[in-house]
Amino acid sequence: MTGFRACAGLAVLAVAAVLPAGGLDAQQQDFSSVEIGTLRVTDNIYMLVGAGGNVTVQIGNDGVLIVDTQFAPLSDRIAAAIAELSDLPIRYIVNTHHHGDHIGGNENLRAGGATVIGGNMPGPVPYVGAGAQVIAHENVLLRLSATTGEQAVPSTLWPTNTFFNDEKRLYFNGEGVRIVHQPRAHTDGDVIVFFRRSDVIAVGDVFSTTNYPVIDLGAGGSYRGVIDALNSIVDLIIPVYGQDGGTLVVPGHGRLSGLGDVLDYREMVLVIHDRLTSMIDEGMTLEQVKAAGPTRDYDPVYGSTEGFWTTERFVEAAYASLSGQAGDEQ
Amino acid sequence: MKNVLPLGTVWLAVVLGAAYTGDPAMAQVNLAGQWTGMYHEDQPDRLPGPELGDYGGLPLNDANRMRAQAWSASILSLPLYQCRVHPVDYAASFAQIRIWETVDPDTQQLEAIHVQHFAWGTTRTIWMDGRQHPPEYAQHTAMGFSTGEFIGRTLKVRTTHLKEGWLRRNGVARSWNATLTEHFTRHEDILTWHVYIEDPAYLEEPFFRNRDYVLNPSGRMGPYPCESVIETDTPENYFPHYLPGENPYLTEYSINHGIPYEATQGGAATMYPEYMEAIGQMPPPEAPEQ
Repeated sequence: MTGFRACAGLAVLAVAAVLPAGGLDAQQQDFSSVEIGTLRVTDNIYMLVGAGGNVTVQIGNDGVLIVDTQFAPLSDRIAAAIAELSDLPIRYIVNTHHHGDHIGGNENLRAGGATVIGGNMPGPVPYVGAGAQVIAHENVLLRLSATTGEQAVPSTLWPTNTFFNDEKRLYFNGEGVRIVHQPRAHTDGDVIVFFRRSDVIAVGDVFSTTNYPVIDLGAGGSYRGVIDALNSIVDLIIPVYGQDGGTLVVPGHGRLSGLGDVLDYREMVLVIHDRLTSMIDEGMTLEQVKAAGPTRDYDPVYGSTEGFWTTERFVEAAYASLSGQAGDEQ
Repeated sequence: MKNVLPLGTVWLAVVLGAAYTGDPAMAQVNLAGQWTGMYHEDQPDRLPGPELGDYGGLPLNDANRMRAQAWSASILSLPLYQCRVHPVDYAASFAQIRIWETVDPDTQQLEAIHVQHFAWGTTRTIWMDGRQHPPEYAQHTAMGFSTGEFIGRTLKVRTTHLKEGWLRRNGVARSWNATLTEHFTRHEDILTWHVYIEDPAYLEEPFFRNRDYVLNPSGRMGPYPCESVIETDTPENYFPHYLPGENPYLTEYSINHGIPYEATQGGAATMYPEYMEAIGQMPPPEAPEQ
């Protein structure tokens, strides 16, 4: 089996461990003790923390916009947390990518919302306006709708409003909202969501403070795409001074962040990139690379020997991506 | 007749005494003022800066040593890093610090103590109002989140929510999940600051640092502006560092000072006096071939 096949196989397993979370995987987890924590980010932006990806909530006179929905069994608790912030309905849900820990609550939270309709609508239209819109890049829909058999993701979790170009823009709650595609990064359907007036970016899993980048090779992810996505985030951030203050970043997992946190993470990604590239150029095999310990200095901060995304799996995916064995565009 | 004061007189004296001296039960010491750092033998390390490859006396673990050995001073040429401030556990090492209090004007209760550092002009707040630390997923910053209490005449401070920083500005890292326990003790016009750094990611043992300051009643702290500029053209995604085994400067400090290389690379053992005996058993550094 070639490195590509091995790593692609791992990536498929990785997807399988996360993607069905809206259904099977969520059923296997015990969410009974999970509490939803609410963190104020700005006057009208909040970060909800529970299990799965962080949820970003924007509130205002137009209603509620949320980014990602965690797992389905947590929807009631998430809805209750949002109700503490606003008594208006959820109008928009944005999915940063297709993994189950970010879309699992789509159906439940969408059902409790309401799409903005009006203008030339002549009268009551069945189904129109029922539920919030779920916005995502088209690749999210393609990934979700391609699942079959036991891994099939119900269509009720799919996005209802997709785009296939670089960016989708909204004006909501008094500010421009840019939903910017990050091709071939964590997956091929990642977006980051930039709230322009609030100066907050919700970035999904292209940046997490808790782990090495999850490169889902089976879903079009790539190491260099992660670097590009991190650069995109850095480009949007203007600090108050040095690396502090100014634009805030809601990561896919982990703590609320600023420029310094993203730069620290990007530094780790770039340093490991250079080490792996050098080793690959020297003709080292994956096993030789693993033995050399190219991540040893960052392991205490980002590494893991257990759970879904171990350091070993990160190195395998990174090696496959950077060596071209995963079919990346070099 | 016994010499006994009327009870009312005693009560009045207590009230007036408390008003004059402050509440003795609070046992607080006013730390406010401008304080100038005293460097003594630390001067070469604290102002010009540590030498490359000198990690001696730091309890860094293997992972941290690998990071330090990969570090390149060229990082300071990157615009995004030029104005990066010293972390709170390092910033008070330079020149002056200025301390002032915030009190509730009605109750005169101490709400917070603030410390401004000359270096990079950063200001930290030590909350004295009994508030809780935020949840772990709240933002981490260079100054962290600090709460304090007076233990006798010493201010004890607990700091969490730190961003990644450094123990020594030659690449020795301090992770974002480190916590600090600090003590500020005033002895008349001398102030001593101790910081005890616990870092499960990058230290074999906690690291302890202290600094002394002298009160400077007429001192003024200068501004510390910083503006990033592009100093050199660099390739896209350039981040300066050395690949493992390729840092040519790691032996420089060892050779220049005649200290065995192993002893310069730090570790918990290098903190203790008995390590001098071990150094005596090590081979001297070898100068590179000319």
